[in-house]
Amino acid sequence: MVDAKIVNLTIEGRSVSVPEGTTILEAAKTAGILIPHYCYHPGLPIAGVCRMCLVEVEKAPKLAPSCATTVAEGQVVHVHSEKSLDARKGVLEMLLINHPLDCPICDQSGECELQDYTYQEGREDSRYREPKRFNPAEDFGGDVIYVPNRCILCTRCVRFMEDVAHDPALNVSERGDRALIGKFEGKDLTHPWAANVVDLCPVGALLSKDFLNKARAWELDRTASICPNCTQGCNVTMETRENQVVRMRPRPNENVNAFFMCDWGRLNYRWMNEKNRAEHPMVRAKNGLVAASWEDAISATARALNGKKVFVVASPMLSNESLFLLTQIMQGGGGAFRVTEGEEAPLPGVEDLALRRERAANVYGAEKLGFKKTRDLLGGLGQGDVLVIAGEDLAGIDASAVSRAGDVIVISSVLPEAAGKASVVLPIANFSEEEGTVTNLRGRVQRFTQAKQAPGETRPSWLVLGDLLGAMGKQANFFLPSEVFAKLASSNSAFTGLSYDSLGFKGLPLVDAPATAPKAPIAVGA
Amino acid sequence: MGYPHHPNPRETTVLSKHFGEADARTLDGWKKRGGYKALEKALGMQPADIVNVVKESGLRGRGGAGFPTGMKWSFMKPGDGKPHYLCCNADESEPGTFKDRELMRWTPHALVEGCAIGAYAIGAETAYVYIRGEFTEPLHWMEQAVKEAYAAGIIGKNAMGSGKRIDVHVHKGAGAYICGEETALMESLEGRRGNPRIKPPFPAVSGVFGMPTTINNVETLIAAAPILMNGAEWYKKMSLSNPKSTGTKLFSVCGNVQRPGTYEVVMGFPFKEFLYDLCGGPLHGRKFKAVIPGGASVPIQTMEEAEATLMDYEGFVAGGSMLGSGGVIVIDDAQPMVTVIARLARFFAHESCGQCTQCREGTAWTTKILERIRDGEGTVEDLDTLLDIGEQMTGKTICVLSDSCAVPVISGIKKFRGEFEALIQGRRFHPVTAAVA
Repeated sequence: MVDAKIVNLTIEGRSVSVPEGTTILEAAKTAGILIPHYCYHPGLPIAGVCRMCLVEVEKAPKLAPSCATTVAEGQVVHVHSEKSLDARKGVLEMLLINHPLDCPICDQSGECELQDYTYQEGREDSRYREPKRFNPAEDFGGDVIYVPNRCILCTRCVRFMEDVAHDPALNVSERGDRALIGKFEGKDLTHPWAANVVDLCPVGALLSKDFLNKARAWELDRTASICPNCTQGCNVTMETRENQVVRMRPRPNENVNAFFMCDWGRLNYRWMNEKNRAEHPMVRAKNGLVAASWEDAISATARALNGKKVFVVASPMLSNESLFLLTQIMQGGGGAFRVTEGEEAPLPGVEDLALRRERAANVYGAEKLGFKKTRDLLGGLGQGDVLVIAGEDLAGIDASAVSRAGDVIVISSVLPEAAGKASVVLPIANFSEEEGTVTNLRGRVQRFTQAKQAPGETRPSWLVLGDLLGAMGKQANFFLPSEVFAKLASSNSAFTGLSYDSLGFKGLPLVDAPATAPKAPIAVGA
Repeated sequence: MGYPHHPNPRETTVLSKHFGEADARTLDGWKKRGGYKALEKALGMQPADIVNVVKESGLRGRGGAGFPTGMKWSFMKPGDGKPHYLCCNADESEPGTFKDRELMRWTPHALVEGCAIGAYAIGAETAYVYIRGEFTEPLHWMEQAVKEAYAAGIIGKNAMGSGKRIDVHVHKGAGAYICGEETALMESLEGRRGNPRIKPPFPAVSGVFGMPTTINNVETLIAAAPILMNGAEWYKKMSLSNPKSTGTKLFSVCGNVQRPGTYEVVMGFPFKEFLYDLCGGPLHGRKFKAVIPGGASVPIQTMEEAEATLMDYEGFVAGGSMLGSGGVIVIDDAQPMVTVIARLARFFAHESCGQCTQCREGTAWTTKILERIRDGEGTVEDLDTLLDIGEQMTGKTICVLSDSCAVPVISGIKKFRGEFEALIQGRRFHPVTAAVA
C-alpha cells in the first residue's frame, strides 16, 4: 500500500484521504464514521448481500453498497441522508419481519448488531401481520448451535469456513425466504478454528455451546489480554462474570491473529477459575506448613536463598517480568522449564496463524531469558542447591530428584505435590489475575492485563519476586509491573527500547525478532 | 389452433421463417435453407468488421435490457492475452416468454451458427449455450445440432477450414429462474450456486472463470446471421417508428387471446393491430383488460395504454411499460387483477435467490399480503404497505429480480386500485359470465 495513489473524497462533510481501491465503508471508518453493516467483515471476502451499508453518493443514480464500492476522487458521500436512512430502515424492517424478537432469551442480546442498529435507526413498529417462518435449531457440531429463526443470512459463517478455514462445511440451503444456513452432508463444524463463526455472526443465530445461557452480555467485564494456551499469542478479550472467566474472544491484531482464535485456546480457560488454590503464604514449622504473614514468608525465603546456588523450575506461563526476576535470584544456579505439546492446527486463510504445537504463552520469552527447555526438568539441579518451583507442578517427574535439593521453595497458584518438601510456599496470582508481558513464537512482546481478582492473600508473581529480591538486599522494591519491565528492558539487549507505553495493546517485536509482514486483509474473492 | 401457426401475412418472418419445418432441424435441411453461409462469410471477415456491421445494423439485446449488441461486442478487447468467452443465454424463464424455445426447437442450427459468429467476432474460442433445465426438447435438438456441426467440421478445431477454433458447448441449467440473470448464469456455469454477482466488474471485464465474457440472448445471436448476409442497411430499414429500434422481434403471446403463439413483426408494429388482428382479439364475449407486454417483470399496461403503443423499445416505454423479453401476457375482464398480481409475486418469491435482504424478505412479504387481500382479508393500510415495500425493493439489490417483483405490484395497484379496494371492502370480484366459445 506504500505506493498506492491517494484518493480524496468527502464523507458526511468530512474530508477523507485514503489509498486507491479502499471501499467507502473502510474510508468512512478512518473519518470515525461507522456505516451500519452486517455481511461485510474486514477478514472475509466481500458479499454485498445484506444491503445495510447503502449510502448516497452524489451523482450516482442509485444508492451504493459502501462495502463493495471503491472510493473515487472527489466523491461526495452521505451516510445519514434521508435516502440512505430510509433504505436502511427498510432493510431493518425486512430483517425483523421473520425474526422471533426473542431478545430476552437470546445469548446475543446486548452484543447484537441487529438490536443495536434497530435501536439506532430502525422503525418503532413492524407492519408485518403474517405468520413468521419457523425452522428448528440445529446442532452444527463442534461448539456451535444454529438458530435459523434469528439468522439474517449475511453468510459470514459460510465465507469464513470456505475462504478462511478452507473447510467448506457450511452453505446457504434453499432459496428465497426459505433460505437458511445448512451443513454439507456428513460435515460438522469440527474444524479447529470453526468456533470463530460464533464471533462473526452479527446476530444470535450461531451460538457457542460453551457459553450458552452463561451470562448476559451486559453482566460481563471485559479485559484486554493474550490467549495463554499456545505460543501464537492470539490477542483476546477475557470476559468475566462475578470474578469468573466465562469466555475468551479474539481481539483483532493484524500482526498476530487477524480477527480469529482457535477453538482449543478459546475453550481452555477453566483452569483460570481453579478453586483449589494456594491462598495464604505458608512457612514450615514443626507440625508442617502453617499459614504465615507475607513479611514472614518473604524473609524466610530470603534467608533460605541467601548465599546459596538456586535452581529454578519455572512455568512457561509466567510473564517475562516474573521470569526475569527469577533469573535475578539464581545466584549462579540455573533455570529450566518444560512445555506441554499438542498437534499444530493452522488456519489456512491467514498467513502464519496456527494453534501451535507448544501449548504455553511464554516459551520464547523463557528461552530468551535463559531458561533451558528440557524434559528432564530437574537434571540441572545440583546437590544441595535450593530448588525454587515457580508455577510448575512437577507432575510425572521423578520426585526422588527433588531430594538432591538443599531446600525447596514453592511459588505457585496451586499446590504441587512437591510442596510437601517445601520450607516456604508463596501463593501467586494466575495468568488471568495479574498483569505482565509474554513473548510469542515470532518474538513479539505483548501485554496482558488483570481480568479477575486473585483469591485470599495471593499476590501477583512480579510483586512477590520483587519483594523477595528486596528482602535479599538486591533491588529496591517494584511498585508496578511496568517498572519490572523497564528494568528488564535496560538489562537484556533483546528487550532494548521496549516499554509498556510503546507496546500498547498490540505489542512490538523484540529487537532481534525476525521481520514479519503484517497479515494483509484477505483479498476480495480470495 | 394448431401450433406453430401459419404466418400471418402481416408478420415479417426472418428468424421464424422455418418454424414448423422439421427438415430445417437437420444439418442438410438447414444448409438447403442457406444455413452456415453467414458463418462462412464471417470467417472470411475481420472480427472488428463483423462488430461494425452489427453495430451499424442497430441490433439490440433481445433478452430484455435492449443493450446495443455491437457495442457489447466491442467491449471485448482483442489481444488482451486472456481467453474470451461467449455465453448464449438460453435460460428463457421469464413468465410468458417462449420465443427462444421455438427458435431452438425449430432452428437449432441457426443458434449454433449465431454462437459461432458471435464467438469469432469477440475473439472467443468457446461458446456456452446455457439452456433452461426444463427445456428438454430444445436441449435435444440443440445437442443434435452441435453434434452434427462438429461432425461436419463447421465448428471445432478448424471451423469450416478457417484455421479458427470455435467450440460450442450446450450446458443444461437446473431449473432456476435466477440463472437467466447474466452473472448468476456464469456462477451456475462455473458449477456454483446461481447467485448474481456484484457489478462491477462487468462480464466484459471479468465474466465466466474470471475472463472477459459476452452474454447474448438466443434471438440476438440468431439475428446476427441474416444481418451479415443482407447487410446492416437492410436490417436498419426494418423499423416502423423509432430508428433506434431496428429489425424484427419475436413476440410470444399467451393468456386470454384467440390465437396465442409466437409472432415475428418489424419493430414499431402497432400493438393494437397486433393484439386484435394477428392474435385474433379477445375470447368470445370477453374484453381485454390489461397486457403485460414484455414478460412478468415489466409494468402492466391498461388497454388504453396498450392500444396506443408501438411495439419497439421506445414505444413500450412511452406506453408505460417495457419491451422486455417480448413475452406478451394478455389479461381479459374475466380475470381478477389481484389474483393475477399475487400469482406473479408468488413466482418471484419462489425464484428469489435469497441473497439480498429486500428481495428475500420483500418478495415473500408482498406475496403474503397480496394473497391475504385476494382472500378477502386485506386492510386499508395494506396497499400503502405494498407500495412502500415495492419502493424498498427497487434499485437497492444486486440484481433486478427484486425490482421485477415490485413492478407488477406497483403498476397493478396504481392502474387497478379499484379492484384492490373492492376486495378490501368486502366485495367479491364478479367475472363476466358470458359463455366462452
